[in-house]
Amino acid sequence: MQTVRIEPLGDGAAVVRLGTRIDPETHRQVRRLVLAVDRDAPPWLVELVPAFTTVTVFYDAVQADFAEVEDWLRSRLAVLGDDPLPPPREVRIPVCYGGEFGPDLGVVAAHNGLTEDEVISIHSQGEYLVYMIGFAPGFPYLGGLSERIATPRRSTPRVSIPAGTVGIAGMQTGVYPISTPGGWQLIGRTPVRLFRPEQDPPTLLQAGDIVRFDPISPEEYQALLEGGDVQ
Amino acid sequence: MMRVLRPGLLTTVQDLGRVGHQRHGVVVGGAMDELAHRVANLMVGNDEAAPTLEITLVGPSLKFEADAVIAICGGDLSATVAGWKLPLWRPLRVRAGTVVDFGGARQGCRAYLAVAGGWDVPQVLGSASTYLRAGIGGHQGRALQAGDTLAWRAPGPLAQAWLAQAAEDAVEAAPWSVSYQIRPDYRPQVRVRVIAGPQADWFTEESREAFHAAVFTVGSQSDRMGYRLQGPTLSLREPRELISEAVTMGTLQVPPDGNPILLMADRQTTGGYAKIAQVARVDLPLVAQLKPGDQIGFDPVSLAEAQRALRQRERDLNELAAAVRGLPGISWRSRARAG
Repeated sequence: MQTVRIEPLGDGAAVVRLGTRIDPETHRQVRRLVLAVDRDAPPWLVELVPAFTTVTVFYDAVQADFAEVEDWLRSRLAVLGDDPLPPPREVRIPVCYGGEFGPDLGVVAAHNGLTEDEVISIHSQGEYLVYMIGFAPGFPYLGGLSERIATPRRSTPRVSIPAGTVGIAGMQTGVYPISTPGGWQLIGRTPVRLFRPEQDPPTLLQAGDIVRFDPISPEEYQALLEGGDVQ
Repeated sequence: MMRVLRPGLLTTVQDLGRVGHQRHGVVVGGAMDELAHRVANLMVGNDEAAPTLEITLVGPSLKFEADAVIAICGGDLSATVAGWKLPLWRPLRVRAGTVVDFGGARQGCRAYLAVAGGWDVPQVLGSASTYLRAGIGGHQGRALQAGDTLAWRAPGPLAQAWLAQAAEDAVEAAPWSVSYQIRPDYRPQVRVRVIAGPQADWFTEESREAFHAAVFTVGSQSDRMGYRLQGPTLSLREPRELISEAVTMGTLQVPPDGNPILLMADRQTTGGYAKIAQVARVDLPLVAQLKPGDQIGFDPVSLAEAQRALRQRERDLNELAAAVRGLPGISWRSRARAG
């Protein structure tokens, strides 16, 4: 663990750097550290922001200075070990691909020399790891997209993308939890709500989850939306 | 009950933010000027975290339909009652039927209006802060509109004692206010202290020197999420991709175009641009009061010095809170007596 760097982000946060690449092992170390800090929750702890390779620890600088926080974190890192993590939750997300919900499905197909059905098949057969939640409330950064359907971002971002839209950007795929501007290629939409401010935790997905996408028809999309099965 | 006669440009309910949910991507938000928000609450005997109204650039017209103790802190947005300019940074007693009119910004950009008891809005994920982009928090997840009514909770014992004193006028002010040691010196040109950012050494020597030597202008595309700054273009020593990681209020991040963005209350939880510096938390109120076209410069400070300054400010605020608690009786000044 001597390779781990800990550095300040201003006067109220410390960034713990657990790796330099986006990979499942670094992700597991991030999760282990989050579990360890949550378990012991020292009084100066404000909150944690886990990301791909880092855990940023926000602290109350009236109660502790950076050196104290760093020492405490190093003491936890020293015993982090290779403990097995709790098994990942598997979350299935129904997606209506193409049509008005996925206006860029044809772009993704053409870019990769595939038919639209092949893109749907490849995307929905994938198993995706939620590396982190960020950018917007409940937005999952997913790993595991097949190179066969990777597609660059649009050159001009759209002003507004509806909540639930499933997109591809380079080697990433994700779902927009709230309506935001964005440059991703849009291939479908889910009726499931990813951001649930009335719940705690307020998101469908959490870091460490495994996500699978199930293709559904427009009729099934409507039925799920109206049936209220999507919370 | 308070009725909104005119909403102003952007009037929202804010508190100290939606802390604790960043790992779920939930934006912290909260008052842009944390100090003004906290002091406004302390002036009326509230917990410093109670919801206040954040009033932006062009203020609202608000009718109080019951007696209330209020305080207005932060930027000077020309608050008046029947033509009398209301003093800032001190408790004010308003009687039922009083209309508080705000105008344009004379100094700063954001005023905070606290009412004894605190504005009564539902908590969403532990906070009353309005987050417009997701439409959550505050009053129905949005900015106030004409015709809205907002209630407040029962005032604490201090404000109740003040309300029980006989009133002479529609609005009266306490004869004392917050010391200048605590009130920030809001100006349209400020220099603030910055701690080196995690990727400061990714930038060229010239860029780092220019960053500290230059004066940046706050761009027109600036809001509660962040300020786009115009000044010297900052460049990396070599093209490098940052893997997304946490950012926070006061983070100065630099996208590939070289123009820094200063992240504010409604910033995203994570970002993928190199962070050249981080504004010391004690200086963020100065930043919060800047408008498009205002100017800002960045002086280096050590982390230890920034934290010392923060602890001193917190001691000052604790003393202020204790002093206010010791003032159950006030000789209120009406407009006539204030001259």
